[in-house]
Amino acid sequence: MIRSLASLGASVLGLLATIGHLAIFTTQTISHLVRPPFYGREFGAALLQIGYFSLPVVGLTAFFTGGALALQIYSGGARFSAEAVVPQIVAIGMVRELGPVLVGLMIAARVTSSIAAEIATMKVTEQIDALITLSTHPIKYLILPRVLAATLVMPFLVAIGDIIGIFGGFLVATERLDFNAASYLQNTTDFLTRIDIISSLAKGAVFGFIAALMGCYYGMNSERGAMGVGRATKSSVVAAAILILAANFLLTEAFFSA
Amino acid sequence: MIKILDVHKTFGANVVLRGVNLSVAKGESMVVIGGSGTGKSVLIKSILGLVKPDSGTIIVDGKNVKKGNRDAFLARFGMLFQSAALFDSLPVWQNVAFRLLRGSLKKTKEEARDIAVKKLRRVGLGSDVADRLPAELSGGMQKRVGLARAIAVEPEIIFFDEPTTGLDPIMAGVINDLIHEIVSEMGATAVTITHDMTSARAIADRVAFLHAGKVQWTGLVGDMDASGDPYVDQFIHGRATGPIAALR
Repeated sequence: MIRSLASLGASVLGLLATIGHLAIFTTQTISHLVRPPFYGREFGAALLQIGYFSLPVVGLTAFFTGGALALQIYSGGARFSAEAVVPQIVAIGMVRELGPVLVGLMIAARVTSSIAAEIATMKVTEQIDALITLSTHPIKYLILPRVLAATLVMPFLVAIGDIIGIFGGFLVATERLDFNAASYLQNTTDFLTRIDIISSLAKGAVFGFIAALMGCYYGMNSERGAMGVGRATKSSVVAAAILILAANFLLTEAFFSA
Repeated sequence: MIKILDVHKTFGANVVLRGVNLSVAKGESMVVIGGSGTGKSVLIKSILGLVKPDSGTIIVDGKNVKKGNRDAFLARFGMLFQSAALFDSLPVWQNVAFRLLRGSLKKTKEEARDIAVKKLRRVGLGSDVADRLPAELSGGMQKRVGLARAIAVEPEIIFFDEPTTGLDPIMAGVINDLIHEIVSEMGATAVTITHDMTSARAIADRVAFLHAGKVQWTGLVGDMDASGDPYVDQFIHGRATGPIAALR
């Protein structure tokens, strides 16, 4: 009994320590935003890596999700003769929830893991130490460009994901379910409001920040060896996914609670 | 030039440094020898601030390393890491010219590249290597690139962490000769960490033997064989029996 309590206590203390370290790490990262120098080349490379090279995975995920969503709404809506709401529900579903969440999770899988593995490998091969001896602050050179790039580029990725997802639904609805193309598009545009789009883009920015920050945090705190790098990568993706889902709930509550 | 006074460092339950005292004079080549896990790397990383000592004082040119401008302090140092620690994502010349492409020592890209190619040539590498990625080089070439990076801005103090580890004897000899020549011609102060006795004899003016977290013996490299210290004697002759436990 006492051993179980001790184990529970140790876990809680460990979690609190991680939260504390993460808070300090986040503050340090943000504080470097206003302190020169700013490494533009590294920022540009991160924009390309996180934004441009994520387009295929974002596009495919959104396209298939939008198509599947249209089929589900059509078959589900048929139970109470509401098949006609497919355009509206696809639009609202993609823009408010599925677009940002799925893009966030795909970025967590693709970008968070790659950032964590790269930085963790740099740490265990003394490249981070080398950076410091070369008078270059690792947060400024490695962390800030990635976190800033992810935060700024994610709204664009989410917007693209939303559009492709809606297009996936449109394609399925018009080709498989005999919807009229013009009225489908009209219903989609009429139904979406400004707050839907703003919330979608804001979620994108927050999810991008979380995804990159988790990759950087776990990479910088990696233990030695291949196992350490593997553990850092796994933990970063798990933490990013959970935090993205939790943040999604909080943001939805903030934007849409009555 | 460098004074290490009563430095202690513990990692969890592992006491690594138990009151290290060591002085390195300006222009001197000091080699710190000692078994694996005796805290040699921790010692030089403490000087650079990569590891924070639990207690003790480190003074470089009369100034406590904890005080003053950190960038200016680090600009005086060059370091060759055990694993070379080259940046995978950058071509060789950008690794060598890293300091020259950013920060207070920034030069134009062309100037930085010229200096990088000169330094690569100094360590025996041709200009064809400049545009390759570190992963395309052998271990010996990576070490030489690491050495070129360490000397790129002609620092006053250079640290070499296990410069010959993982190299064949011929390549180890090449690296030892390069270190000896470069340190001599630059007039730099050098601190080398190694457990390779050939390397120590080739590079050192003075040797410090680190054991059980303390400097057990220090003296001129020529006096090492007649140190009279059983620990040093066992270590430099690589004997399995003696006061140092073979299994640690």
